[in-house]
Amino acid sequence: MRLLIIEDDRDAADYLVKAFREVGHVADRAADGEEGLALALEGQYDVLVVDRMLPKLDGLAVIGQLRAQGVETPVLILSALGQVDDRVKGLRAGGDDYLPKPYSFAELAARIEVLARRRGGRNEETIYRVGDLELDRLSHRVSRGDAEIALQPREFRLLEYLMKHAGQVVTRTMLLENVWDYHFDPQTNVIDVHMSRLRAKIDKGYARSLLHTVRGAGYVIRDAKS
Amino acid sequence: MPAGPLAGPLAEARRVGPARFVQVFRTTTFKLTLIYLAVFALAAVFLLFYFAWNTSRLITEQVKEAVDAEIAGLIDQYRLSGIRQLVIVIDTRARRPGSNLYLLTSFTGEGLAGNVGSLSPGVLDHTGWVETAYRRLDEGEGAEHHAIARVEQLPGGFRLLVGRDLDERERLLDIVFSALRWLIALLIVLGLAGGLFVTRRVLRRVDAMTGTTQTIMAGDLGGRLPIAGTGDEIDRLAGNLNAMLDRIEVLMRGLKEVSDNIAHDLKTPLTRLRNRCEEALRGAGGDKDYRAALEATIEESDGLIKTFNALLMIAGAESGHGREDMADVDAAEIARGVADLYEPVADDKGMRLTVDAPQPAPVRGNRELISQALANLVDNAIKYADPGAAAVDGAPAPIVIAARAQGDHVLLSVADRGPGIPLGDRGRVVDRFVRLERSRSQPGSGLGLSLASAVAHLHGGALRLEDNEPGLRVVIALPRAAPPAAGTPA
Repeated sequence: MRLLIIEDDRDAADYLVKAFREVGHVADRAADGEEGLALALEGQYDVLVVDRMLPKLDGLAVIGQLRAQGVETPVLILSALGQVDDRVKGLRAGGDDYLPKPYSFAELAARIEVLARRRGGRNEETIYRVGDLELDRLSHRVSRGDAEIALQPREFRLLEYLMKHAGQVVTRTMLLENVWDYHFDPQTNVIDVHMSRLRAKIDKGYARSLLHTVRGAGYVIRDAKS
Repeated sequence: MPAGPLAGPLAEARRVGPARFVQVFRTTTFKLTLIYLAVFALAAVFLLFYFAWNTSRLITEQVKEAVDAEIAGLIDQYRLSGIRQLVIVIDTRARRPGSNLYLLTSFTGEGLAGNVGSLSPGVLDHTGWVETAYRRLDEGEGAEHHAIARVEQLPGGFRLLVGRDLDERERLLDIVFSALRWLIALLIVLGLAGGLFVTRRVLRRVDAMTGTTQTIMAGDLGGRLPIAGTGDEIDRLAGNLNAMLDRIEVLMRGLKEVSDNIAHDLKTPLTRLRNRCEEALRGAGGDKDYRAALEATIEESDGLIKTFNALLMIAGAESGHGREDMADVDAAEIARGVADLYEPVADDKGMRLTVDAPQPAPVRGNRELISQALANLVDNAIKYADPGAAAVDGAPAPIVIAARAQGDHVLLSVADRGPGIPLGDRGRVVDRFVRLERSRSQPGSGLGLSLASAVAHLHGGALRLEDNEPGLRVVIALPRAAPPAAGTPA
């Protein structure tokens, strides 16, 4: 995957370039808004990571100009401004995701994966399959092998989101944002409780587990063989 | 002059005199006094002039009437008895003490009778009223008087002048003008003295206030402005300023407490974090130990970030952040959403989470913030409520999330059957970082209620802590939004 990091803090940018390289991506960096805009316009990038406060051209202005010129590359905004309305402003300006600083790299990497694959995503599919687990989005039925699994509505939404991004790590905040539409940080780790319930329903009693916990990052649903 | 050690303070003392005087002249009170003085003097002068003019006119009219009557009488005499008799009558009248002025002349201008020695030139040339200077026959040169006189032409070429002295009128005007001089002098003296007196009184009080404000500015927030007890506008101002100072003092104390608490609550985890890193460096452990230490460090810093985020959110809500994104939201919907998120957590701890929100409860607000505030309350209820103690008939202890429209308010509440909060502590627990002694052992930042309260205030509402008998009920009261145009029957 090719990424462009527009960030004026040299240390932070170097850290990101190095970290992305370690997980197998190629990352370019731009130190200010104008350079970033120029690179984003000519280069073929899968995702742009844009800091909000940039010299020469503000991060939101960069996104605005890109969108005005028809560039639809997904953009993730990184910002020290983490209030509710800051996030709304960022998304209104044309950003696709918003991550307040300080962030964990695992969170950033997981979100980048989801953004990059969104365009070729599985939105059109009506039936998601992972191993012998099957989820029908139209009839709201879930089954594993021959057995039907009864899920509550929110458990269904949770599983639907996981299976839509099968094979990709999904973080707790991503689940909270996409399943419940909350962008705050609950004090207790409520997501873990929900996940253990879901796991009890889809994995319990089967030889092969499909729902895995990724330490320090979140969850992933995948067939262990693939 | 020797510049001794006393020179400093003495010079200071001497400077105070004139400086203070200049200060007096600059005050609003003194300027007002001057304006009043000028207006009053103007009114007095106008009044006196009006009086003088009218009186003088009245006197002149009386004189003219008397002269008219006399002339009419004399003309009658002339017609009845001829010129000889007229001469006799005039001479008789002219000789009476304090008499009027009389003069009778022949057609050649020769004086036939009367008591006039001299007149202003040309007075006798025209008939009618005239004011003239004159001298009586029996007076010496230089004794000039003023008179008003009437000249009449008699048949046979004779001319008759009858006049009256104007001394009376002039004496009156003299009195008026001298009264005016005294009045103005008195006004200025009394006005200035009164103005100075009042001004200095006001100035003394203002100086006392200035002194107090200076000590307050120097850092002593306990100082209060003096109140004279007269209930006047300065007292009212001082009273209001004192109330403001009280409020500021409370806020400052709160702020200090908060920063102390922040320092304490952030220092503790920072110290732990640092100790752990040091220990890992010092120890002879292998990769596994390093990894464990690093993981613990990340976890600890995540906790710190959470605390920071919560603090920033509270500060943001208190300063009006999030107001731009308000929309019409349904509090019942919010209650159901939060319940959905927390239901399994409560279940795991042996509690039953139920929602009591049968009707839509419209609120103008920020869904995200209200949800977070409510989530904090539910989190607290699950954390602090004792699942076993309050179980009713073996059923799990209930936690009820309710959303109801009541009057012009929407009440979002979380009620538990836990230990509750003693009445005396209820005001305090809303403050940042305040955690009751028995809950210290529980994980938590002590920011949940502060955040809920800040969110309630942001929406123009309030947070209330009530007794659930037993247990605690926390209520977020929000102003109810106007119902949608397509109103449903009540």
